[in-house]
Amino acid sequence: MDQSSIDEFLDEVVQFKGERVLFDARHLRWVDPNGMVGLLLAGSVAGETLGMRPRIELPDNADVQGYLGRMGFYSHAQKVFECEEDTSGAVSRASDVLLEITAINTNHDVHEIVDQVQGRASAMLTSKLGYPSSSVIPFSVMLSEVCQNIIEHADGPGWVAAQAYNWAKRLGRFVIVISVMDRGRGFKGSLSDEHSARYGDRWSDSTALEAAFLQGLTRFADPGRGQGLQQIRKQVRKWSGLISARSGTARISQVPEWDDSLPMVDGMAPLPGTQISITLPAVVGP
Amino acid sequence: MTADAPDPIAIDVGEVLQRSVTSLHSSLITRPTGRAVRMAIETQLRGAGTLSVSLIDFSEVGIIDYSCADEVVAKLLKQYLADERQDALFVFRGVREPHLLQVEGVLQRQKLAAVVETAPSQFTLVGTFSDQERQVWDRLEAKRAINADAVDQIAPDRSGVMALESLVERGLVFRSSKSGSFHALSQLVAHLM
Repeated sequence: MDQSSIDEFLDEVVQFKGERVLFDARHLRWVDPNGMVGLLLAGSVAGETLGMRPRIELPDNADVQGYLGRMGFYSHAQKVFECEEDTSGAVSRASDVLLEITAINTNHDVHEIVDQVQGRASAMLTSKLGYPSSSVIPFSVMLSEVCQNIIEHADGPGWVAAQAYNWAKRLGRFVIVISVMDRGRGFKGSLSDEHSARYGDRWSDSTALEAAFLQGLTRFADPGRGQGLQQIRKQVRKWSGLISARSGTARISQVPEWDDSLPMVDGMAPLPGTQISITLPAVVGP
Repeated sequence: MTADAPDPIAIDVGEVLQRSVTSLHSSLITRPTGRAVRMAIETQLRGAGTLSVSLIDFSEVGIIDYSCADEVVAKLLKQYLADERQDALFVFRGVREPHLLQVEGVLQRQKLAAVVETAPSQFTLVGTFSDQERQVWDRLEAKRAINADAVDQIAPDRSGVMALESLVERGLVFRSSKSGSFHALSQLVAHLM
């Protein structure tokens, strides 16, 4: 479960009408930060709808179990799902884990994340992606801004996770994937009061996404606001990365030449909150 | 320096960060942190004379993000420029490469400019400014100060004079109200460094 399959999975959760739900992850064979954080989001959304925590059957594949353990998935899952105790035990931090799943509720959390990630990011950005050592600062700034987006605009809980791995088949090089998701009010909810009138009938999740993602619109009158996402996009473009944001029924992407995602996808299920995914590829050698 | 020269004030942002934010975090990130630091700086400035030039030092700051740069640099400048008295001038020190993009970004977004030290004793204009303003500012920076009757050395034509006026209005150059001489801000804070 990764960026390519997450929308379909989340749509199914939003459209589910039953009284009880079981997340059957037993046959999961692959999960990236988008998949893991998406799973927590899905459980959280289902729990909110049902008024009770949904049940999850954890993966039976030892590799996936170990990976979820290394990313700290189980401790977060205990708060979202009815699930068995984490049986994987304490695991040492793996060299590919850049940032374990971390809940974002306050600005203090953002400080903790940035403090924590710097040492590991420096090694990973240079050794796995071939970026210069100075890239750790723009990387940390990007992480800070994307996490603050949750606190400043979502008014709801969220999670972040990041990991480096080898996209051998898809790209033939290493990538770092950052996933940030919340189940807050989303871009449309955040911007509606100030900007919906101007758009009239055209106001929708996709126009709200375009306004925030492409034009830097925010609900604040302060002209200093709204530059976080713009600067993140600029930095991601500089590194030939992919950034994609889903909010409600739409997803907008800034697509590099190596990816074939559509710049805008609309008509999905009305998922609460905002979900941002960033993929940074290793530099191509001379 | 002229008799009506502004009061020089040195403000170490790293120290202000430690003092004003009740945590051990060393990074200048998140908007509330930036706001707290800006308010601490403003408090310090209220104790200054009627006219001040502040050296805001980022040398000890590890990371500054866009939200903080907006709060600490752009809002600080904007606030004092909007004040009719225009009684505070600023020089930003220790804005090395890791900070420069963020500081430049927030200044450009609001069409502001600032005098910034990007390497030891190397000052430059950062933000939004015209070519004429840049040329006049560079010439004054090289000369450090110039008397009113020698303005043509840095602003040889009418557009140059207008650019010099604009630099004064934008708080990027100090003009003595008594002698009419023009001073590079870096010169006014040189003894603080």
